[in-house]
Amino acid sequence: MFGSMELSQLQQLWWLIASVVGSLFLFLTFVQGGQTLLGTLAKNDEERMLVVNSLGRKWELTFTTLVLFGGALFAAFPKFYATSFGGAYWVWVAILFTFIVQAVSYEYRRKPGNVLGTGVYDAFLFINGSLGVLLIGAAVGTFFTGSNFSLNAYNQVTWQHPLRGLEAAFNPFNVSFGLMLVFLARILGAMYLLNNIEHEEIAVRARKACFVNLLCLLPFLLYVVSGLAMMQGFAVDPANGQVVMESGKYLHNLLAMPVYLALLVVGLVLVVFGVVANAFLGKRNGIWFGGIGTVLVGVAIFATAAYNNTPFYPSKYDLQSSLTIYNASSSHYTLTAMSYVALAVPLVLAYVAYVWHAMDARKISTADLDDAELKKLY
Amino acid sequence: MLEQLDLTMVNWARAQFALTAMYHWLFVPLTLGLSFLLAFFETLYVRTGNEEWRRITKFWMGLFGINFAIGVATGIILEFEFGTNWSNYSWMVGDIFGAPLAIEGIFAFFLEATFFAVMFFGWDRVSKRFHLLSTWLVAIGSNLSALWILVANGWMQFPVGMRFNPDSARFEMQDIASVIFSPVAISKFTHATTSSFLLASLFVIGVSSWFLLKGRHLEMAKRSILVAAVFGLVSSAFVGFTGDEAAYTNARTQPMKLAAFEGLYKGTDSAGLVAMGVMNHDKVPGDDKDPFLFEVKVPGLLSLLANREPGSFVPGVDDLLYGNPAHHIVGINEKMVRGKVALAALASYKTAKQDGNAPAAAAALAAFAPQQDYLGFGYLKSPEEAVPPVPLVFYSFHIMVVLGTMLPLICLLFLFFTYKDTIAEQRWLLGLGVISVFLAHVASQTGWIVAEVGRQPWAIQNLLPVTVARSNLTTGAVQTTFFMFLILFTTLLIAEVRIMVKQINKGPEGN
Ligand code: HDD
Ligand code: HEM
Ligand code: HEM
Repeated sequence: MFGSMELSQLQQLWWLIASVVGSLFLFLTFVQGGQTLLGTLAKNDEERMLVVNSLGRKWELTFTTLVLFGGALFAAFPKFYATSFGGAYWVWVAILFTFIVQAVSYEYRRKPGNVLGTGVYDAFLFINGSLGVLLIGAAVGTFFTGSNFSLNAYNQVTWQHPLRGLEAAFNPFNVSFGLMLVFLARILGAMYLLNNIEHEEIAVRARKACFVNLLCLLPFLLYVVSGLAMMQGFAVDPANGQVVMESGKYLHNLLAMPVYLALLVVGLVLVVFGVVANAFLGKRNGIWFGGIGTVLVGVAIFATAAYNNTPFYPSKYDLQSSLTIYNASSSHYTLTAMSYVALAVPLVLAYVAYVWHAMDARKISTADLDDAELKKLY
Repeated sequence: MLEQLDLTMVNWARAQFALTAMYHWLFVPLTLGLSFLLAFFETLYVRTGNEEWRRITKFWMGLFGINFAIGVATGIILEFEFGTNWSNYSWMVGDIFGAPLAIEGIFAFFLEATFFAVMFFGWDRVSKRFHLLSTWLVAIGSNLSALWILVANGWMQFPVGMRFNPDSARFEMQDIASVIFSPVAISKFTHATTSSFLLASLFVIGVSSWFLLKGRHLEMAKRSILVAAVFGLVSSAFVGFTGDEAAYTNARTQPMKLAAFEGLYKGTDSAGLVAMGVMNHDKVPGDDKDPFLFEVKVPGLLSLLANREPGSFVPGVDDLLYGNPAHHIVGINEKMVRGKVALAALASYKTAKQDGNAPAAAAALAAFAPQQDYLGFGYLKSPEEAVPPVPLVFYSFHIMVVLGTMLPLICLLFLFFTYKDTIAEQRWLLGLGVISVFLAHVASQTGWIVAEVGRQPWAIQNLLPVTVARSNLTTGAVQTTFFMFLILFTTLLIAEVRIMVKQINKGPEGN
């Protein structure tokens, strides 16, 4: 089945698969967003426990999706893995750090003998939700703004900026991209908590937080979208494979691929609708609109970065070192084998959905906190 | 040409990998084994309906969760370290190596992460049977993750199922089945998991012993010991068997490693197995010094273990370095010569292609093809570079094997006295039980030292030395992150141990 596909089709397929996984991760950053809302939504110990325990049942899912995103990129686009991680060293190390400290924080924050004290673990959660997401956004921003590296004849990377990746965080477009993701995560976090917890006051604050964070999101969203439409982009000349600068490149991409333009628009509308439904229409299921919307927007953005003769990991230092899905991918054999493996993904999604449903059928409430059986709370 | 520079950067990157892997491996074996023990305990609960088993399950589950969190935290670093510190490696073998890592994510980590939530928080949210199923799936999921990562690691030790592509200057996969079913992958997986079952059994035995010594939670402790001792004993039989299998595979795939962990410099027929010994640190390959200051040897046993054939020839470090025509061994010195030819041909191929000179490219390729299997040797500066640090590998191996014979005996004694129902009176044995938690960790860590240090200087055996596998980073950058990880992981480790101790102190009631 996959074996008879052209290499270029497999490359496009794998970019799509990676995009979907990456976009699901963006949706699941509601955990990170929720972590930054701890102080806003919860005003006393009991409320804090509700919020943390609600998030604590999902954090692994987000984390694992990030790990899978990394693994999928490694398997399908190893040159990207090598170039970006080995090159933009500091930005990745910083991101990883915020995820290491997150992983222990839920389990350790309230346990006796935890050395650092609850406050520090809660700070870890906040850092992960804010700085972690911001830097991931900045790194994705470089898909459009480009990075400073060159590759030699053996495809070894040399990074040409002393900050080794952190320079991305000083570019207004990248920073706006990062902040956009931070506020998006906070919107999603508020939506998720509203839906998952049965508690009057938290609900009121969560509804408000959805809307407030949407307002905060808007300027950055506008900056990013208009920036994308107007900026000079990196383009591959299909005739000779040379990378050149083209003004309005990303706008051209969206116009040339109306499906993705539609996904982008529908996705944005869904997110806004979810917020409105939660904040003003008294609904609590906005997370599903917000979540699906986020995935659609994510897929559209990843597609804009890589399809239609666009290098997805461009080098502004040396245009010809830029990575495209065609020159950075694994071999035909590996992509084929991995495609068969990927057939299992729907199965995984199915059992995740089933378990999620079974576990969330009853909302988390203060009753759960008194339950003697559940002394093992985070 | 692939330039090799800055050895100190490479050494810091190695130290960093060793540091993070060893931290990861402090927690992983407990996850692998304890998850099955939880499944056993819960099965007993569901089968018998006896509330005591439920209490037991929940107590150990609490400890499992504390351990699991930090296992995850240390794991993510390893995955991305391949990119950050070994980027050239990631590019050159990503076509093969990336696949198991991605498969691991799809099949193993999601299984684990999803059912972990049910196992912990689902007691009153899902049915009894579904809960039991979830506990089993966590155990299966965590051991599946061991499978895939060990397939990846096994491939580094014994690269199969691929070929070198001169155009992209990387290795490309040709046969995924031979990667997955490689004998090295299988021996790694079986040995690493069964040794982890043993370690986790000893953890349960150790903590229970402590309860018995303090005269607390007697019923729980005795029942836990019974299940763990049986599991530990059965596992240790497999540990011995698969360890022997690993050595046998080593003799075929990594003879240098075998020579190193036996301290064998001059190969002989009917080679003896060193039961214990003290190495002579002045010994260098090729000289006539005795590698041991003192040794106790079992005659002929090494030949039997390595080749399953009494009296057979086992090559030593010198034979492998300088060749031994009588036994058809081509020395590394010879392979280096061929490797340099391959490297030069590859370079001229690249230039010819760039200049669009097709005949020259074809000629270069023709010169490259017969020597390409020796490519990796071309990077070596001297044959001696291909020798791993022998004493470290030797001592590690012997510590592991000594412990590997001792620890099953401990399980056996626990089983015996539990059977006679006098276990609570055997205070010396209970003391030994507590210590054995530590001993099992020593065995497990030294095992990895044998496996990983023993294959130096190769990141990919015979194909890619660590000096070429590295990223283009400054020593300072790698040093900085080394200390960042050291401080962070050590702090988290201290927190983990203290939380663990507090929870054990509280006992099942506190849970
Ligand atoms: C509780 C831990 C433990 C115990 C008791 C043993 N081992 Fe082990 N051993 C490991 C834990 C371990 C390990 C950490 O799991 C390693 C590291 C890599 C691997 O696959 O397993 C390992 C590696 C390892 C290797 C290297 C494999 C390779 O490089 O491919 C050999 C030859 C042995 N072992 C042999 C033995 C023998 C003969 C044992 C005793 C009868 C033994 N081990 C007991
Ligand atoms: C260098 C090699 C390794 C890498 C890159 C790696 C990577 C990872 C990652 C990313 C995680 C977190 C997964 C999550 O999101 O839940 C993890 C956890 C885990 N890994 Fe590793 N790992 C390595 C070595 C090993 C080995 C050798 C084993 C077993 C034989 C193993 C078994 C596990 C298990 C059981 C977990 C679950 C959490 C826990 O440790 O308690 N890993 N690993
Ligand atoms: C979890 C247990 C492990 C331990 C304790 C361990 C230990 C070590 C040590 C001590 C080194 C440094 C050797 C030296 O330079 O002298 C090393 C290097 C390395 N190991 Fe492992 N290792 C483990 C698992 C793995 C696994 C499962 C993989 C691959 C999937 C792996 C891949 C590597 C790589 C790429 C390096 C760096 C290159 C090299 O030095 O060869 N390790 N490891």
